[in-house]
Amino acid sequence: MVKLTYRNKQWELPAGMTVRDAVLKCGLNPEQVLAVRGGKLINEATITKEGDEIKLVAVISGGAEEK
Amino acid sequence: MKCRKCGREAVINMRQHKLALCDEHFLEWVPEQTQRFIEKYKMFTRQERILVAVSGGKDSLSLWDVLLRLGYRADGLYIGLGIDGGVDYSNQSHDMCVRFLENLKSLVSNFNPTNDERRTTDDQPLTSDFRLTSESNWQPALHVVDIAQVYGETIPDVAARTMRGRTKPCSVCGLVKRHVMNRVARDGGYDVLATGHNLDDEAAVLLGNALTWNADYLVRQAPVLPADKPGLARKVKPFCRLYERESAAYALVRGVEYIYDECPFAEGSTSIAHKEILNLMEKDSPGVKLQFYLSFLRAREQGLFAERSGQVELNACEKCGQPTSAPGLCAFCRLWERRMTASRDE
Repeated sequence: MVKLTYRNKQWELPAGMTVRDAVLKCGLNPEQVLAVRGGKLINEATITKEGDEIKLVAVISGGAEEK
Repeated sequence: MKCRKCGREAVINMRQHKLALCDEHFLEWVPEQTQRFIEKYKMFTRQERILVAVSGGKDSLSLWDVLLRLGYRADGLYIGLGIDGGVDYSNQSHDMCVRFLENLKSLVSNFNPTNDERRTTDDQPLTSDFRLTSESNWQPALHVVDIAQVYGETIPDVAARTMRGRTKPCSVCGLVKRHVMNRVARDGGYDVLATGHNLDDEAAVLLGNALTWNADYLVRQAPVLPADKPGLARKVKPFCRLYERESAAYALVRGVEYIYDECPFAEGSTSIAHKEILNLMEKDSPGVKLQFYLSFLRAREQGLFAERSGQVELNACEKCGQPTSAPGLCAFCRLWERRMTASRDE
């Protein structure tokens, strides 16, 4: 199984799918997250492997005018 | 998925550009694109002094990093708003900015391109050293303005006292930050003020203004706001065509530490809701956000949005000298006048 975390949520999915598909299965929008495995950014076409722990980093921020 | 340039494993796929890049080439691509937009929109020259508004977030710190790598003389400005929200938000944000400056040397050694010098479009070297090649004694500085220390109240305190923006301090926050940024830029002799607004920010604002056809705001939305009134600094957005996802990826790959927590008051904000709507469209139609924004800029250039006749006249605030449409004091100075009046009445 592959473990995905996003903020304070966690999912376990079968290995062998792309990161993009895994993100979609978690109900998240791939346009709004980046996937990090072992401290390194991985692209959305990466195939997940058994035992992977992938952190999904939220990319959108907002509310105030200035950054 | 392989890097288009070298065939190594890509770290990011940018569907709107049909472009996947490895870490090395992505870290080249972001500054190259930024330089391209700086030149295209005539934002600033290498001779000019730039003040970057930094919040401790990924966009502003990434922007500062990119401008320094491109060889611009860019200092930072952090405004301490006194927002806690249970996560010590303002203090954490401030720490990120201080740490960024302290880590400059380690960022330089964190990634060394195989070829240390790259030429940008205007023939200036893209170096991994943050010092300008022509002025080796220049060092970037971080200006810090703590609102509570200078004016006696935090932003949440002011918002609660004035009831401006009802339950959220966002309206007060925006007013205070715009005033302070302009003041520091003007008093510090900076030629231009740069903010880290990215394409997602611009598209979200554009969507919000288009939903209400707010023509006054639409005509003023642009990559560059000129200093066309006395006392106003030129404002630029060098990241205006960079997706927020790319800005975040740059920070991660580059090793720029930034605050992950959002402002505690951002929850439920309209701008985030608009970003989510746009990203739903982008998921199925890559490039739609970029097209939306670029088409707007073209339409604006072609005069689709015109200034209304009978433009509001601005005069200098009696206290601070910044331009204001109100007689006497500007909205910022009135905030603090009311505080003094309230104290006297107690």
